Amino acid sequence: MTISVAMTVNGKSVSGKVEARTLLVQFLREHLGMTGTHVGCDTSQCGACVVHVDGKSIKSCTMLAVQAEGAKVTTIEGLAASADKLHPMQEAFRDNHALQCGFCTPGMVMSAIDMVKRHNYQLDEATVRRELEGNLCRCTGYHNIVKAILAAAPAMKSAGV
Amino acid sequence: MTAETGIGARVKRKEDQRFLTGTGRYVDDLPLARATYAYFLRSPHAHAKIKSIDVSAAKAMPGVVDIFTGKDIADAKVGGLICGWVVKDKHGEPHKAPPHPVMALDTVRYVGDTVAMIVANTHDEAKDAAEAIKVDYDVKPANVDLARALDKGAPEVHAAEAPGNLIYDWEIGVKADVDAAFAKAAHVTKIDIVNNRLIPNAMEPRAAAAEYDKGTGNYTLWSTSQNPHVLRLILSAFVLGIPEHKLRVIAPDVGGGFGSKIFCYNEETMVTWAASRVGRPIKWTAERSESFMTDAHGRDHVTHAELALDKDGKFLALKVETIANMGAYLSTFSTAVPTYLYATLLAGQYTTPVIYANVKAALTHTAPVDAYRGAGRPEATFVIESIVSKAAKELKMDTADLRRKNFIPKEAFPYQTPVALQYDSGNYPPIIDEAIKIADYKGFEGRRAEAKSRGKLRGIGFSSYIEACGLAPSQVIGQLGGGVGQWESAQLKFNPTGNVQILTGAHSHGQSHETTFAQLISDKLGVPFENIEVVHGDTATTPFGMGSYGSRSLAVGGSAIMKAADKIIAKGRRIAAHLMEADVADIEFENGTFKVKGTDKNVPLAQAVFAAYVPHNYPLHELEPGMDENAFYDPANFVYPAGTQICEVEIDPDTGVVEVVNHTAVDDFGNIINPMIVEGQVHGGIVQGVGQALLENAVYDKETGQLVSGSYMDYTMPRADDVPSFKLGYKVTPCPHNPLGVKGCGEAGAIAAPAAVMNAVHDALAPLGVTHVPMPATPLSVWQTIQGAQRKAAE
Repeated sequence: MTISVAMTVNGKSVSGKVEARTLLVQFLREHLGMTGTHVGCDTSQCGACVVHVDGKSIKSCTMLAVQAEGAKVTTIEGLAASADKLHPMQEAFRDNHALQCGFCTPGMVMSAIDMVKRHNYQLDEATVRRELEGNLCRCTGYHNIVKAILAAAPAMKSAGV
Repeated sequence: MTAETGIGARVKRKEDQRFLTGTGRYVDDLPLARATYAYFLRSPHAHAKIKSIDVSAAKAMPGVVDIFTGKDIADAKVGGLICGWVVKDKHGEPHKAPPHPVMALDTVRYVGDTVAMIVANTHDEAKDAAEAIKVDYDVKPANVDLARALDKGAPEVHAAEAPGNLIYDWEIGVKADVDAAFAKAAHVTKIDIVNNRLIPNAMEPRAAAAEYDKGTGNYTLWSTSQNPHVLRLILSAFVLGIPEHKLRVIAPDVGGGFGSKIFCYNEETMVTWAASRVGRPIKWTAERSESFMTDAHGRDHVTHAELALDKDGKFLALKVETIANMGAYLSTFSTAVPTYLYATLLAGQYTTPVIYANVKAALTHTAPVDAYRGAGRPEATFVIESIVSKAAKELKMDTADLRRKNFIPKEAFPYQTPVALQYDSGNYPPIIDEAIKIADYKGFEGRRAEAKSRGKLRGIGFSSYIEACGLAPSQVIGQLGGGVGQWESAQLKFNPTGNVQILTGAHSHGQSHETTFAQLISDKLGVPFENIEVVHGDTATTPFGMGSYGSRSLAVGGSAIMKAADKIIAKGRRIAAHLMEADVADIEFENGTFKVKGTDKNVPLAQAVFAAYVPHNYPLHELEPGMDENAFYDPANFVYPAGTQICEVEIDPDTGVVEVVNHTAVDDFGNIINPMIVEGQVHGGIVQGVGQALLENAVYDKETGQLVSGSYMDYTMPRADDVPSFKLGYKVTPCPHNPLGVKGCGEAGAIAAPAAVMNAVHDALAPLGVTHVPMPATPLSVWQTIQGAQRKAAE
């Protein structure tokens, strides 16, 4: 049995027919072909699948597609204004070598943006490390991810994003 | 132009744009028309006979396309998976080689062993159908406890082919010489250690997708592989029998490997095999639970070691007895890890004149164990650096001084160790001095006292590691039983418009080859960085190569690129000589331009390239057109990175929680191409080492063989708040035998860190009389150790 679902993803209206059990991440990856959002675990621990739903970061492996009915979803594909103009968080990740294999990166970036906003653009290292509790990275040892987020916070503030 | 993008520059990565914008292409991201999806039914038992498998109900489930079991594989005469390294035991006999069927036929041997493959229109339908397969198991006792795996009466994993679970009993060194040295020792330090079993956990789970083209008979396999050419070779020559030229293996963007994606696994084998039978593409991506159960695990040694010292603290001899876990089947390079990648490293950075090591490899009813970041070298470093630190404590010597006293002196290189390796270069004292400076070792006692005033126990630990990497001279590997060559390939393919593709046989799954390799060519040939593209991971487009593991990509693959670049320059000189009507001997190449010595006449490389593709004014009678050069590089020796890490911890005695408060690493990686990338490799390696020391442990229930730590809920991955930021430093002794003077940096962090952390833990707890804490030093085990020490003190 399929259910119709409609939502806004990265500013575009999308719809599809899904099974009741279809996860939001499956809808994004398999129905919409937006494979930037990744799946790294099956217990909602790794955070590779983090997207923004109505402005809040959520793990899209832990939300049914039908629960996002009518919502505004932003994924990693929807962050940059253009190929030349990345979001300040994406820019900071590149400048600080905060990614290696790139697999955890989409979720890291989405979590990090939400983190910076929730802390009103003011973060210290201990806060960033604590806030990254829901995102695993096996490559970077977190050192440069923490640096990138600390660098991105003032850049986001001055860019007004 | 090239100074900003050449050797030594902190160049931002080419690969980041796609990874940061969600446009990377990992195996699971592939859009394959008419794809089916595979799901594997796995054994819930560690050891059982399969009495029967009934797939009839499952076959009738919605969306099911086909179901295959071990019998189908046996009927099709598919070969078993291979172990590619023949280790000869102490009697010169090759190791025991039990069969490794692609799917279990009548016996399952670990939780996760593959029982059936379900192919359906969707992943969910395949998974639903798996639940409808009825397997009647006769459960047998399991052999899970490594320390007792070789005991008489232990349940046998492969009774016929490997009686008593022994794969080999191997040794290196002369035992009599070591015994004689021990007889003269003023002091002997002994340790018993367990090197805990780890699960690699690359963030991208393993995945495979395969397609069969009926018209051409060609197969394409997309796999999360670190070495697609080797995977194709194994599948072709040993397992599936598909001729190499009819099988294309593509490893696109791969999300981390750490060794676990070197090996040939049964899922990719099955997906390829079944693609022609199903007549549609098949995709499979592991769920994380499957990765935990079936990725080859790492480490897992039980070791007793003894170090003999004279009255001044000079090392006289080392002897080591190790039991190494192989798991239930021999994975691709499993046999080499606890022998040639472990025992040959037991000299460490020291002049220990005689060393004897005995290694027994044991089968157990657990997942196969194979190379994991460092592969054998972290285990060796942990033995040496634990015993040296313990000896310093016993002799009441400064731990750094004892190391310095025994370092191989700079003048002694090349240095022949008593365990086969010849270290090519190194200079260890300046490394430890630099680490001591950065870590403010002198100020430590003050910090310890300050911590004590807050009720915390502070400790400091050293780890001075050596590793042999950049695998390695093919002939040496062959003599030691390795089944493959260990060179690397490169092709430099210039296009008529002057831009260039570097095709490499190495593979990047996070290591940044697209940037580092481009820097080499930008530097050497003066080609603008943005005009260079690195191509890797596709057997159809890249020259045969050995892939990436063992910190080899730059030392071996980069050297191949430099050789190819030399050929480009040599050909370009002849073209330029023709164009400028000069003698070839008078042509110089500098900053991307050919010049006639002593004149201002010049031809830029791009012009020579264009002339080679449009050879209207070209010496065709003596020179072929085109600018496309191949090179293969087989190294003369391993490379030997070395360094010292210093870790400082604080322990809360009330909770047993260990906090890493400072961690310093000073490394000698030879020349460095991109410091930003090298630092990233060290950071990541250290955290994997800290993970092993404090957090990670693959635990099987000793009775049932169930994997208890089978998810991120139970297996503690290091998180951002488990570690501090790191302090790094470098010393450089260039590698004397490769054209770049480079060593390798991929594994160093993980090799050195466990001993540094554990030595710090021991140092912190020493005032309580504690001499041993098992690894990982979890809050529970540290708290129990403290309680035990306090009870003992009260008695």
